[in-house]
Order: sequence, then structure tokens, then C-alpha cells
Amino acid sequence: MDIQVVKVGIVSCSGEEIPEGTLCRLACRKVLDERPGETVTICLPLFIAGGEEERTFASNYPTITVDGCDKLCAAKATEMLSGKPSKSLSIPEILKKHGLAPPTKLRHFGAEEDAAVKAVAAEIAKAVDEVLEEE
Amino acid sequence: MGKKHKQVVVLPCSGIGKVFGALARETAYELVEKVRPGLATLTCLPLLVINDPDAVALVTENPVITIDGCPKDCAKKSVEAVGGQVAKAYEAIKFYKEHKDLKPEGLSEVNDTGRELATVAAKEVAKVVDELAAGEEK
Repeated sequence: MDIQVVKVGIVSCSGEEIPEGTLCRLACRKVLDERPGETVTICLPLFIAGGEEERTFASNYPTITVDGCDKLCAAKATEMLSGKPSKSLSIPEILKKHGLAPPTKLRHFGAEEDAAVKAVAAEIAKAVDEVLEEE
Repeated sequence: MGKKHKQVVVLPCSGIGKVFGALARETAYELVEKVRPGLATLTCLPLLVINDPDAVALVTENPVITIDGCPKDCAKKSVEAVGGQVAKAYEAIKFYKEHKDLKPEGLSEVNDTGRELATVAAKEVAKVVDELAAGEEK
């Protein structure tokens, strides 16, 4: 009997211009490292720069998008170019929910930003669990 | 001599899966924050993917340098996809090949050695930034 292993796709906004983008990347990476058998990612610009394999990402995996601002690049690009995400998370909403201040720097996050990275990663991990339950 | 520019856009790779993506970003941040603040400027690469009008205007009205983390060249192709022209395209691995003593590590952010390499790389890219700002692009 074949056993199908479902992996959840995580698409990070990446947001190079805003601190929330760095927070997004670090939190997504943390979940990918902690849940290697259950998660997979793709670089968002590959929806344009890549080939058919990249563009079918959201069809191949139930996908969670994580955005750093209200432009919602990850959610919009995934839906427009690949497929409708299963869940869309927003960093500003997560920070508000946890009573955390937004980060203020673009790089070299340390202890000061640790709580925000952990809170966002925990919300992504929770969303991964929910998607896996639904599958 | 060509047109002078007050801004030169530096667009790094968005990836969180390869060390050279992280090196590309660190190099761009070093340029924008320390080496050429006010002249070198960033935008979020995904904004080009969703055709954000402000980001598209930025890369079509100013010279653009891309620093990609892998041969898929997402940054370069994303600029071209919205009608922009890339004045200079780097692949971040080039900086390591030229400075093998500085081996970067890390996926979402580089380690201290990677930061050191990014500092060296940013100084090299800054020369191109200056040429483009002065309208000396070839």
C-alpha cells in the first residue's frame, strides 16, 4: 500500500524593504527547520522566474502564505500565479494578537526580536497543524 | 555621458533556502545602510511579482543592480518581467569565489564571516552604483 505523505507549502513574503519582511523570513525558516518532514517552501519570485514546476506549487501542496504588510504580496502572488492558499497569515495581525511591537531593523535580529520570531513561527506551526488535519 | 541618477536600485534575491540568497541580501543591506545610504535603495522583490505600481516605477525609472542567490536569477528576471532593464546583474557566489577565505553560512541570515564577505562585496558593488549614478554606465 502506498502511503502518501502530505507536505504543507509555506510561502514567505520576503519583504527586503521592511523589518517585518526579515521577521517573516526568519519565522518561516524556523518552522521549515523544525518541521522538515511536513513543510516545504518556494521563493516567491519563482512564480514568475521559474517554470511550470514552480507555478504548480500551490496545486501540489496545500499552501500557507505569510505576509509582512498589507500589500499581501505572498497571498496575492500565490493566488494569481499558482493557486489559492489554504491559509493566509499576516505579521502585523500576529504581532497585535500577541501584544508585541513590530521590529525596527532590517537585519541582524537578536534577543530583542526573538519573542516576535517565536510568536510568528508558533502561529505558522499552528496553521501547519490545522492544514494537515484538514488534509 | 548618460543621464545622472539620484537613486540606484539594488535588488537582492528573496530566497530563504540557500546561503548565497542570504549573502545577496546582506550585501544589499550593507550598501543601502552603510556604504551608499541615500543613493542605493531597495524595494521588496515580491512587489514586482504583484506589479505594484510604485515598485514598477522605481525599477523602470532608475538604474537597477540585481544580486541573485542562485542561477534561477529571480531578481533579474522579475525586473525584466515588469519592463525594467538591469544595468548590472551579479550572482552572489561570485563574491565567495573571489574571497574563498570568507565562507558564508546561514540560510535566512549569514554568519559573521558572511557579514564580512558582504562588506567586501558591497564595496565592490558600490563602484558600479557610483558609475550608474554619474551616468557612466556602459
